[in-house]
Amino acid sequence: MVTPARRAPLTKDLVLQALQDVKDPEIPVVSIVDLGIVQGVVLAGGRVTVSITPTFTGCPAIEHMRREIVERLIELGADAVEVPIVLDPPWSTDRITPAARQAMEQIGIAPPHSGFTADESLSLTIAVESVPCPWCGHRNTSLESAFGPTICRSIHYCHTCRQSFEQFKALGPLHHA
Amino acid sequence: MGIDARVKQPLRELLYALGDDAFLLGHRNAEWTGLGPILEEDIAFSSMAQDEMGHAVVWYGLMADLGHPSPDAIAYGRQAADWRNARMFEQPRGDYAYSLMRQYLADLSHAVRYDALMQSSLGALATAATKLRQEEKYHLIHGRTLIERLARGTSESRQRLQDACDALFGFALGIWEPTDGEDVLVSSGVTVSSEELQSVWLGVAAGFLAHCGLKPPADVKDGVWRATTEAQWGGRRGEHGADLQTILDAMTLLHRSHPGAVW
Repeated sequence: MVTPARRAPLTKDLVLQALQDVKDPEIPVVSIVDLGIVQGVVLAGGRVTVSITPTFTGCPAIEHMRREIVERLIELGADAVEVPIVLDPPWSTDRITPAARQAMEQIGIAPPHSGFTADESLSLTIAVESVPCPWCGHRNTSLESAFGPTICRSIHYCHTCRQSFEQFKALGPLHHA
Repeated sequence: MGIDARVKQPLRELLYALGDDAFLLGHRNAEWTGLGPILEEDIAFSSMAQDEMGHAVVWYGLMADLGHPSPDAIAYGRQAADWRNARMFEQPRGDYAYSLMRQYLADLSHAVRYDALMQSSLGALATAATKLRQEEKYHLIHGRTLIERLARGTSESRQRLQDACDALFGFALGIWEPTDGEDVLVSSGVTVSSEELQSVWLGVAAGFLAHCGLKPPADVKDGVWRATTEAQWGGRRGEHGADLQTILDAMTLLHRSHPGAVW
């Protein structure tokens, strides 16, 4: 393997810019930076530490993303790259940037509900807000399944344009009644 | 993790219990993949199985500081008597109603326990519980929706759920069998007693099932629910039935055939 010559000293900004090239393998239009998976970047000489936080703990893509981060930063000129996985603070869908929300919508994935309503899961009533269809924009939609092709997505159906679509599931702090 | 020596062994017992419960539940529900009654439920159980496996890895991962650096070694390297799962989780998957009821009773126990662990004096436990608790929300929405719909469905769907409830409830009470040394964990603020958590869980579970028109084996008096069926304990002490050996034989076959193999 040829070690690339470092073009310029590594900075946090350069690292974050390079990490924009590392996409979520399940949603290839959004980067791990825009999804809020990158928790922090620390530079010590040529050694870079990028701490990441998983969206859902069972996410099988985390190791793949970790490998891609290492590859991308070695390519950028880092001497060594470490990618610890941290759970504190826990990832929440609030961390997804507006740009990522738009990119998802364009490929038919409705972005998650923003903000969190009271968690009523221990009580007897459950309220589920209707989701606007990413294809036609109407709210005449229903939840078909709380689970989808990946653990982070649910399946919905639009009665107006008659297409199914997925939604990124909201995760965040729970407010107990 | 910075743990007091006194707390180490009791903590290990608790982490084994939490991890083993999740791991086996995930394994059993993965048995529905390709065989679900309808596609959406096939996906639901497969997805929830994946979540449970992820949760198991989090609990096993916390053992790195307790002399168990590898979740793989924990999952594949132990004998049946070393496992600390509640016996509910080693039972075969039964029919769909059985698995649905089991997942609901388990998820509710996770919500109750993780709510308590979020206040743990051990930061690493509080962090893990906070993250995992957020994911339980979707499991509970699923379980509550399907159980209510099917309990109020046909006489067959209601009967199957009632049979599942009757078969499972004693085993579900086994989730609250205290792990060895729990009193040390309680006095150090690491966790709340299983007895206390059981009464929260029982109130919600029995209340919900009764609301759906089912008859949980429990009575309510002055707003307090008490179980009327015997709790099936033993799992937290490593006392398991033949079903656990069957699962372990299947799960560890590859690991044992090719020790040290790398994918």
